[in-house]
Amino acid sequence: MRNGSKIAPYLYILPALIIVICFRTIPILASFTASFADYDIGGFHGFVGFSNYERMFTDARFWNSVSNTVFFVLGVVPAGILIPLVLAMLLRGDLKGKAIYRTIYFLPVVTSAVAVSVVWTWLFKPEAGPINGVIMALGGDPLMWLREPRGIFEMMLAPLGFHPTGVFAGPSLALVSLMIVSVWKSIGYNTVLFLAGLENIPKTYYEAADLDGAGKWGSFRHVTWPLLSPTTFYVLIMSTIASFQTFALVYVMTPPPGGGPLGTTNVIVFYLFQKAFDRFDIGYASAISVFLFIVLLGLTIIQRRVGEKRVHYS
Amino acid sequence: MKSRQILRQALLLFGGFIMLMPFLWMISTSLEQGGIQNYVEAWNRVPFGTYFLNTLLVTGLTLIGVLITSSLAAYSFGTMEYPGRDKLFLLFLSTMMVPQPVYLAPSYVILAKLGWIDTYLALIVPWTTNVFSIFLLRQHFKTLPKSLYEAARLDGCSRFGYLWRVALPLSKSVIATIMLFNVIGSWNSFMWPLVVTHSEKLRVLQVGLSYFNQEQSSNYQLLMAASTFSILPLLILFLLAQKHLVASYSRSGLKD
Repeated sequence: MRNGSKIAPYLYILPALIIVICFRTIPILASFTASFADYDIGGFHGFVGFSNYERMFTDARFWNSVSNTVFFVLGVVPAGILIPLVLAMLLRGDLKGKAIYRTIYFLPVVTSAVAVSVVWTWLFKPEAGPINGVIMALGGDPLMWLREPRGIFEMMLAPLGFHPTGVFAGPSLALVSLMIVSVWKSIGYNTVLFLAGLENIPKTYYEAADLDGAGKWGSFRHVTWPLLSPTTFYVLIMSTIASFQTFALVYVMTPPPGGGPLGTTNVIVFYLFQKAFDRFDIGYASAISVFLFIVLLGLTIIQRRVGEKRVHYS
Repeated sequence: MKSRQILRQALLLFGGFIMLMPFLWMISTSLEQGGIQNYVEAWNRVPFGTYFLNTLLVTGLTLIGVLITSSLAAYSFGTMEYPGRDKLFLLFLSTMMVPQPVYLAPSYVILAKLGWIDTYLALIVPWTTNVFSIFLLRQHFKTLPKSLYEAARLDGCSRFGYLWRVALPLSKSVIATIMLFNVIGSWNSFMWPLVVTHSEKLRVLQVGLSYFNQEQSSNYQLLMAASTFSILPLLILFLLAQKHLVASYSRSGLKD
């Protein structure tokens, strides 16, 4: 009986522990191990030191996927903070229809990425799609959207006679289209987070700012923004981490092979997926996984560090 | 003051319109030429019935697994004291730091070794535990007063009986959150089923829809009809539970 109750706590954990070890811990450790191995369709061919990493650092397609991902993150994250922040400010306090607005904004969050992608693929269709329809009705020229490999800076500056190349050409319009969808899908979630953050700011601060004659902008600048900073920071890190892992949108809207027009929507997880499951190049794919993991871990650590500070703050 | 309110409403209305637009376009296109018949045709063009059943089965069984393993583990982590507890909990939490794409390839190899590729086992078993759910429930169990436990034990309630008859009934709100998160997660899961299954018999809705999109890329009416019925179940669930769901998202977001 005594003995039984001593092992009981472990028995309660056991089912979860088995799953965690078999399907999380072991694959994670295997990913690190495989990154140092030659492991392909034929199986394991021995350890090869850092050669997968050497290959990665000299692989132009890999670096292309990194720069596409960075473009994606730099586009999606600021827009995914700014728009929700404005919406949350508008929604704050008493407002007729508040619950309805919140429901509408939140709708894309619970909708599957695949369905969202199918719908937006149609909206972006160059020939008959509704977005080009609207543009043409307004007298503009139709765009190629998801099939446009040219960089957006290149497209904007071309009429002025400038022809930037390489990274200066900017993300392709195809990638920008994916960014639009990604922002649209995450607006509701971030708005809800900001709204919760805003409603946690005590009213007395605003009364004090009012007494000091701060004005609308002043009270935003000196009360809202600093007191909201923990939420802003959380949203910043979380959307960065999520954007680094974009896959379904790319896979469905700019389907394989290739990763979009001229590989311009080939983001890192898509590239990893192709290496692992089209070529079954597990060793190399694992090296890319480890690279991704280190980037995301760095971001998580920053979030924890700063996140801890904010506890003392409030 | 009055004009401020009007401006505010106008901006929110415009924003709401942009957010709803894709859905409205989806529905109106799905009804073009043929109306409701498009839905019947999309449904029969590929075995969407099978895809739905597979998704329902996978979502349901995964959820049952998550509820069982999470309550047991959270109960142990949150209310019992024993050597190694915190280290084990840390082992669980550490797996949350690693996103799925990072260990996708080795997972495939492990499933292949087990002979599980292209089986329901591969779709379900690895997801029958969810560390975030364990975490949420543990936090809640920790808030239950110890005196409650002692009183129940004095009344002759067994250790498991306390979990089943006292602790879980007091955790309905957290359980509802866990259920919602896991149902949405399983229903919308795409990358995993895409990788671990190949045959049409086992295809889930998201994978089926993505293939349908590739095959019928010029058949907008059918594609939009299929998209509509694919998102309908979660849409209904969301509308029914939206208050709880939105609150859960905002709370768990800020807490984490």
